[in-house]
Amino acid sequence: MTELRIEAVKPPRPGRLVAAVLAALVMAWLIYTVIVNPNLHWDVIAEFLLDGRILGGLWITIALTALSMVIGVGLGVLAAVMQLSDSPVLRGAAGLYTWFFRGTPLLVQLIFWFNIGLVFPEIGIGVPFGGPMFLQWPANELITPFTAALLGLTINEGAYMAEIVRAGIRSVDPGQQEAAESLGMTHRQILRRVVLPQAMRVIIPPTGNQFISMLKTTSMVSVISGAELLTVSQRIYLDNFEVIALLVVASTWYLLLTSVATVGQRFLERRFSRGH
Amino acid sequence: MATSMVKIESVRKRFGQLEVLKGVSLDVPAGSVVCVVGPSGSGKSTLLRCVNRLETIDAGRVWVDGELMGFAEKGGRLHLLRPDELCRQRQEIGMVFQRFHLFPHMTALENVMEGPCTVKRVSKAAATSRALALLDRVGLADRAGHYPRQLSGGQQQRVAIARSLAMNPKLMLFDEPTSALDPELVQEVLQVMRDLAASGMTMIVVTHEMGFAREAGDHLVFIDDGVIVEEGPPREVLSRPRHERTRAFLGQVL
Repeated sequence: MTELRIEAVKPPRPGRLVAAVLAALVMAWLIYTVIVNPNLHWDVIAEFLLDGRILGGLWITIALTALSMVIGVGLGVLAAVMQLSDSPVLRGAAGLYTWFFRGTPLLVQLIFWFNIGLVFPEIGIGVPFGGPMFLQWPANELITPFTAALLGLTINEGAYMAEIVRAGIRSVDPGQQEAAESLGMTHRQILRRVVLPQAMRVIIPPTGNQFISMLKTTSMVSVISGAELLTVSQRIYLDNFEVIALLVVASTWYLLLTSVATVGQRFLERRFSRGH
Repeated sequence: MATSMVKIESVRKRFGQLEVLKGVSLDVPAGSVVCVVGPSGSGKSTLLRCVNRLETIDAGRVWVDGELMGFAEKGGRLHLLRPDELCRQRQEIGMVFQRFHLFPHMTALENVMEGPCTVKRVSKAAATSRALALLDRVGLADRAGHYPRQLSGGQQQRVAIARSLAMNPKLMLFDEPTSALDPELVQEVLQVMRDLAASGMTMIVVTHEMGFAREAGDHLVFIDDGVIVEEGPPREVLSRPRHERTRAFLGQVL
C-alpha cells in the first residue's frame, strides 16, 4: 500500500501578515520609548526594587491577601451553606450579608471600618442587648490600619465567595446527595466527602481569579494608610518625588505576585479535576 | 410464611397537586425478590424511594425489619426521627440508581470503601480488603483503580452494587438499574443481581426487564396510576394477567 502523504501549500494570508507586522512595530515602539525615556529613572527603579521598606510593604500585601482569602473562603462556605439551608432565617441572614457587602463599594467599607470608633467607641465581650461587659477595649486601639484592612477585605471577600461556593455546590448532581444519603451518611459527611470535593472543580477557577484580583485590591488599603506595597511606595515618592519610578517598582512586584499565583491556580485546577 | 423484611401499609405520597401513590400496601418477606413493574409515571420509583425515605410519605407506614421507618412511636404519637437516627436506618438499606451516581472524584475502590470508612469508621485496611473482595464478586477486581468515567455503564453499575453491599445491608433497592445501559451491557448487571438474589438477599427491583422478573423474581407487582393493580407469582402475572391495564401494559413491553 502506498502512503498518501500530504504536503499541501498554505493559502496566502496577507491581512494577517500586515496585522502582525503592525502589532510588532507598535510593541517595538512602546518598548523603545520606555527604554530611552530619561524621565523614567531606571537607576531609581533598580535602587528601590529591593529596598527594605518596599519589601516590608510587599510582605504586608502578601499577608493581607492570604489572610483575607483564607478567612473569606471560610465565610463564603458558611454563607453558602446557610443560603442552601431549609431554614428561612439562616437563608435570610446569609442573603442580607451578601446583598449588603456586594452592594456597597469596598473603598467605602474600608474607610468605614477604619473609622468604626466613631460609632462604637468601645469594643468588647459581654452580654448583648445592653447587658454587662466583661472585657472591653477602646476601638482606636483595636482598629489599626491593618485590622481595619483585614476586616474590610475579609468580609467583602466572604460575600463574593459565598456566591461562588453556592454556584459550585449547586453544580453537583442531586443524585450524588441521594447516593450518599442511601449509604447512611450524615449531612455534614455528605458535604465534606461528596459535595464539596466535586463543587471544588467549579469553585477553584473563580477563586483563583479572586485571589489574583485580591493581590491588587489590597492596594485600596492605601487610603487608610495600610502599610502595604502601594502605601510604602507612596510614602517614598512623597519624600523623593520619584512618583513614576516607585509606581513601576510597585507594579513590578504586583506582576510578579500575580504571575506566581496564576501558576498555582493552574496546578490546583488540575488537582481538583481528578476523575474528569 | 417467612417474616416480613419490608411492610408497606396504605402509603400515600403527593408532589404538589399530583398524588403519585394512592394508598399502596406491600409485604416483602425476608429473602425474597419482589419486582415492581408499571408504566413510567406510575409511582413505582417513588414507592421505592419511600422505603429508605429519600421521599417523605404523606400517609401510611413503612416498616423495615420490624422497625418503623422515619418515625418513632411514643405515647401513641409519631415523632420524626432525628437526622442521625434516620442515617442509622438507611445504613441497612442499600440502593442502586438508574444513573449509577458513583462518586466521580473517587476510584472504584474508593467508592466501595466510602460507606464503611466514613459511616461505620471501619479501618482503612479492613475496608480495602473487603472492597476488593466485593469488586471481585461483581467481576471488577481489575478495575479497582479506575475512575467512574473510565468505566462502561455496566461496570459503573456493578461498582454501585458493590458500594451498596459494602454496608452489609439487609435489604437492597434497585431503581431501574439497567434502564440507562446500552443493550449489550444489561446482562452483566442482571447476572450480578441474580447471584445476589440466589445468595438470599431481600430485594425490591423496579425494572422493565420482564425476563429477569420471570426468572429471578418471587413476586411481581404491577403498579399503575399510584395503585397496585395486580400482583402475584411472576410467571402467572406475566402469562395470565387478570386485569385489562396489566394486559395493555404487558402487550406494549413484551
